[in-house]
Amino acid sequence: MTDAPDLRPALILGAGSDIGRETARLLAAKGRPIQLAGRRPEALARDAADIAARHGVPVTTHAWDATDLAAAGAFLDGLPEMPGIVLCAVGLLGDQEETQDDAEAIARIVATNFTGPAAMLEAAAARLSRLPGKTAVVGIGSVAGDRGRARNYWYGAAKAGFATMLSGLRQRYAATDLLVTLVRPGFVATAMTEGMDLPGPLVISAEQQAKLIVEGVEKRRHHVIHWKWALLMSVIRNLPEAVFLKTRF
Amino acid sequence: MSPRPAFRPAGPADAPAPQPAPLRADGPPPAAPLAGWGRFPTLPAHRAAPADLAAAAAALRAQGEGIAPRGLGRAYGDAALPPAAGPGLAVETRRLDRFHAFDPETGVLVAEAGVSLGEIATALLPRGWFPAVVPGTRFVSLGGAIAADVHGKNHHAPGGGAFGDHVAWLELMDESGALRRLAPGDPGFAETCGGMGLTGLIVRAAIRLRRVESGWLRQETIRAGNLDAAMDLIEASQGWTHASAWIDCLARGTRLGRAILYRAEDAAYDELAAAQKLDRWALKAQEKRLGPPPDLVPGFALNLLTMRAFNALYWAGGGPAERRGPALVDWGTCFHPLDAVLGWNRIYGRRGFVQFQCALPPETAREGLRAMLRLTSQAGQGSFLAVLKALGEGREGASLSFPRRGWTLALDFPATPRAFFVIERLHRLTAEHGGRIYLAKDARMTAAEFAATEPRAPAFRASPARARAFATALARRLEL
Repeated sequence: MTDAPDLRPALILGAGSDIGRETARLLAAKGRPIQLAGRRPEALARDAADIAARHGVPVTTHAWDATDLAAAGAFLDGLPEMPGIVLCAVGLLGDQEETQDDAEAIARIVATNFTGPAAMLEAAAARLSRLPGKTAVVGIGSVAGDRGRARNYWYGAAKAGFATMLSGLRQRYAATDLLVTLVRPGFVATAMTEGMDLPGPLVISAEQQAKLIVEGVEKRRHHVIHWKWALLMSVIRNLPEAVFLKTRF
Repeated sequence: MSPRPAFRPAGPADAPAPQPAPLRADGPPPAAPLAGWGRFPTLPAHRAAPADLAAAAAALRAQGEGIAPRGLGRAYGDAALPPAAGPGLAVETRRLDRFHAFDPETGVLVAEAGVSLGEIATALLPRGWFPAVVPGTRFVSLGGAIAADVHGKNHHAPGGGAFGDHVAWLELMDESGALRRLAPGDPGFAETCGGMGLTGLIVRAAIRLRRVESGWLRQETIRAGNLDAAMDLIEASQGWTHASAWIDCLARGTRLGRAILYRAEDAAYDELAAAQKLDRWALKAQEKRLGPPPDLVPGFALNLLTMRAFNALYWAGGGPAERRGPALVDWGTCFHPLDAVLGWNRIYGRRGFVQFQCALPPETAREGLRAMLRLTSQAGQGSFLAVLKALGEGREGASLSFPRRGWTLALDFPATPRAFFVIERLHRLTAEHGGRIYLAKDARMTAAEFAATEPRAPAFRASPARARAFATALARRLEL
């Protein structure tokens, strides 16, 4: 175990997602050991080998289920080393039409996007705030949480709940060296879609998004959002309700 | 084969989600236009981008015929396009992009085929290793680099050679999804290095990297007033590890073939200035170079006037070595100058462009190159990417690998009928001078021209390594 805060591992929850993987790669490139966690750790073995081979840092995989709220603290205490950064990249978009009439699907959306990640970051904040040096918990929300839309309002509402929880968590730990960061991605494509038919300049790559996250943590930012999406969402948030109701996006 | 949406959400955390493409119950999704880096030709193609080896095996089994391996799409012509007629599927390796293992003692890297050489350089430079051979762009995939047996500025140098010279082993997937591991000397290995994907899908490989002390190179820039001077200068520079020349293919008369030679050596750590020591691996320099991709490159069409002006300015800027002196340049500037303009392939506009690259034997090279440059400058056709380089020995027993001892000239042209006419005559000149054409660049050769320039073709065609289930538009065109 090292006392240098920058060399503590980074824990990536939901490491199977593109944003989680790209962020893990960037943090590893800076020399951080990586802990990858997901429901099926065996599915993370390929990424663990990838990151270890690329950057020569130790990488471990861990089984973790976002919807098991009570297990968050024990999971963290069971890690081989307490991480200095915890990034939660889990989420479940679901299908709005299937979700709205299905109580179980609603519960799943809320647990995966809100209560599960929130409970985990709550437990992580309690532990990381006691570590010496600067630490960070990072949650991936969504611009969908900025304003409920017909297309995905259960998802958006869960992400909004997550954002509000992180806001409170941030205030609670304001006097400590713990950073609480909310990331709000918009459309994210993969790095390799060059030459394909992309819907305009609003799409950014998972790698770009990951870069924003790592930069945000380094610069101790509370919010991470691509400037294009910040601009767009400030317009969307401020649309008068009468106008918003007539839009179709 | 599953319908590929235009882009996939980056995991569940990504929202608002794009509307998924409607799933079609009635068979496969329609073919969509697909092209190589030159954007010519554009052909309707089905494509699949399997996420792992199991998915790749399933895609190959389901397809069974007309499989066209495709890496990151940097082959200029139709080498990575499925055949236009009959069943066809471009199987892309871009999501097979994981490293498996790296040994920092020996510099041997095991990685999946879709990893780009730029990623390899960026990830492993901090540990003192760099790909042994890099072509003119960092955006080629590992699998593509093997399949095209690419070469770089160090082909002539000891430790250089072609990409295939540094492959410890590769894994080839056949149409049944079965994997075979091939090492140099194994049946099929020689055919696969330079085999343009026609021996199977390369899914994984082990390559030997080259040790470097920094990400910088000590580069000299020297002007040569005409072709003979340029070739003399290049010959005199064979002791340098990296050497190639930009050539002004529009210059005429006594200035025919005037060129700027770039020759470089890896810079040792002690050679770096303080500022460069802070960025020892020149990774920050890459970020500055690449920058964000321009949303849209102005679609102005290059014409003779703008191109002549560009070339004249570029030549003037080359400056005599006495004045410029040696300079330290980062690896991207040295090896991948055009990567700084992401999407430079759009500069020729919608019609696209075609590349011509030949390799001529040393005995006929001077005469052949002079004839080629005279032809292009007289036709007023020619490019801002014209490269002249001396090649070292080709690999013993290499099957369709491009590099051979002698000289290579690369030119690009807008995809216009007038340029096609010039290219046809360039093909004839290549055949007359005993040369061959680089398949990774080619989009225009006919089967007859191929036969005239590639005496090794019948042996490749008849080889048991040539997998019949694999076919590309290029293979059909060349009857390969």
